[in-house]
Amino acid sequence: MSRLANKFAELKASGRKALIPFVTAGDPYPEFTVPLLHEMVAAGADVIELGVPFSDPMADGPVIQRASERALAHKVGLRKVLSMAMEFRKTDQATPLVLMGYLNPIEMMGYEDFANAAQRADVDGVLTVDLPPEEAVDCVALLRERGIDQIFLLAPNSDAERIAKMDAVGSGYLYYVSLKGVTGAGHLNTEDVKEKLELIRANTVLPVGVGFGVKDADTAKIVANLADGVVVGSALISKIEANLDEPEQAKNQIIALLKSMRTAMDS
Amino acid sequence: MTDKYDMPDARGHFGPYGGIFVAETLMPAITELNEAYQRYLVDPEFIAELDADLRDYVGRPSPLYHAQRWSQHLGGAQIYLKREDLNHTGAHKVNNTVGQALLAKRMGKTRIIAETGAGQHGVATATVAARLGLECVVYMGAVDVARQALNVYRMKLLGATVVAVESGSKTLKDALNEALRDWVTNIDNTFYIIGTVAGPHPYPAMVRDFQTVIGREAKQQCVDQAGRLPDALVACVGGGSNAIGLFYPFIDDKSVKMYGVEAAGDGIETGHHSAPLCAGRPGVLHGNRTYLMADDDGEIIETHSISAGLDYPGVGPEHAWLKDTGRANYVNITDDEALAGFHALTRMEGIIPALESSHALAYTMKLAPTMRKDQIIIVNLSGRGDKDMHTIMQREGISL
Repeated sequence: MSRLANKFAELKASGRKALIPFVTAGDPYPEFTVPLLHEMVAAGADVIELGVPFSDPMADGPVIQRASERALAHKVGLRKVLSMAMEFRKTDQATPLVLMGYLNPIEMMGYEDFANAAQRADVDGVLTVDLPPEEAVDCVALLRERGIDQIFLLAPNSDAERIAKMDAVGSGYLYYVSLKGVTGAGHLNTEDVKEKLELIRANTVLPVGVGFGVKDADTAKIVANLADGVVVGSALISKIEANLDEPEQAKNQIIALLKSMRTAMDS
Repeated sequence: MTDKYDMPDARGHFGPYGGIFVAETLMPAITELNEAYQRYLVDPEFIAELDADLRDYVGRPSPLYHAQRWSQHLGGAQIYLKREDLNHTGAHKVNNTVGQALLAKRMGKTRIIAETGAGQHGVATATVAARLGLECVVYMGAVDVARQALNVYRMKLLGATVVAVESGSKTLKDALNEALRDWVTNIDNTFYIIGTVAGPHPYPAMVRDFQTVIGREAKQQCVDQAGRLPDALVACVGGGSNAIGLFYPFIDDKSVKMYGVEAAGDGIETGHHSAPLCAGRPGVLHGNRTYLMADDDGEIIETHSISAGLDYPGVGPEHAWLKDTGRANYVNITDDEALAGFHALTRMEGIIPALESSHALAYTMKLAPTMRKDQIIIVNLSGRGDKDMHTIMQREGISL
């Protein structure tokens, strides 16, 4: 059983939901990231989504765009992110780590070389925003051979056929993007999410994480009541952006936010 | 290639290139667009309306002009210019925007968005949006807004909102990113008019189909005027829409050589250029697999060209395929060479070309003397140079 499948099974058995923080690797500087990941786990994170900086983050709003730009200014690319993943794994063998980003860095490294490198780094999942299932066959096969899950996104306008397709190709979990737009935008519509999750559940047995619009303890609790996992990204990265002169302060605020979300989700 | 050319396949692949590489929210919109495009492409009523617009609004057919003085001066092949610069709005871009706007209208979309580099596509989009009374938002890199101020003003006059994009390198690629972000947010009422043969399927094939009017006319005009097919075609390649528009109807005519001219900027060896086919490698950007300019980590690198319309790190996937199969040749021209081409045509023929098209003209100055006087080159004069006066004056240290 993969580390992700194991984690979701474990959570289900204990009646809890997964807290899944997203941060961009190398933001605001490379040495900041791995210690932050460990502290996020200590604060109650169950799965980590680690963003691979990309020069052209087409699906991201301004907050994550600027996080990518800060990381790229330190030359943090896919190879560096893989080495961070490896470093994280040295002292944490339990927490699933998912790399999230865009296809081109993987494409240019070559699918097979990437799959080998991800296996060496003991990465658990890969989420590639601009790789739909139709084009993903080769990459998925190479990752699956190495026990790595490919995670796919679902959108508010994904129909039953589309969801079934993701269920067939994807593994680990499915990530439901709760609104039409880019990361960091808009507000959560609870009724819409609830309705959509019914359609998703009817078409997949995979755990479903929900992201976009999760900002605080209240929204985390609402999502936790509906889904198997709660993804939070821009709200955390905003703390980094607000404290660029004092990164330790940023870290404290991120940890405090995650702890409040954890408490709300478990109550 | 012995069979008739029939790219792309049903999912938009030109061999390994093209395809659909987008975020999930865009998939239903792309499916809807593809269905509309497949349906109306063969709909006689749609085609009749498009043809009438191209004739009465754009001013087609554009002339094929035998540049006799310039041909004689260069001492080789006879040079014919396909005068896309004489179209309404001053470039080939309008052929495509007229077509996509008709599609938008058929699909019931009330809002148009576009990206633009030099501003020609933005102007052509704002123009058709004004005519149809549709809301129009154009994304343009902040660097391009500064160097193409005149086109920005034209778009505003036409009623469009021009958004200066401040992210990344602040040029065409960033404008495309921002347009995609808008589309994903406003997917229900918005039609995205992409200006070149890039983006996810069906855009590369659809924009090509709207631009092939260039090649179809040129082929007929060449036969009418010279009694035979040309020996060579030359066109500049940024995204590659004017080039594919000229090339496509000739792909199965094996005797016709094709030259796509990329922007070498300060020179390929300096790294400051926009020539992915000549000096890049395959990757995925903006919805399709194609040749790109990127570093070892797959991060897109900043490009340079004197011409904003060629300043793009990718290229249409069909050009990637035509390069790999050897059917077309891709060459490059520096900023300085392009300027020489610009001045040559202006003084020899009394035609002021766009800086983009000047790359094709500069390559023609190299090619023509190597050919016989009874041979024929058709050059796509894709746009007029009015928009570039400021850039050229600045470059040459002239003030009025």
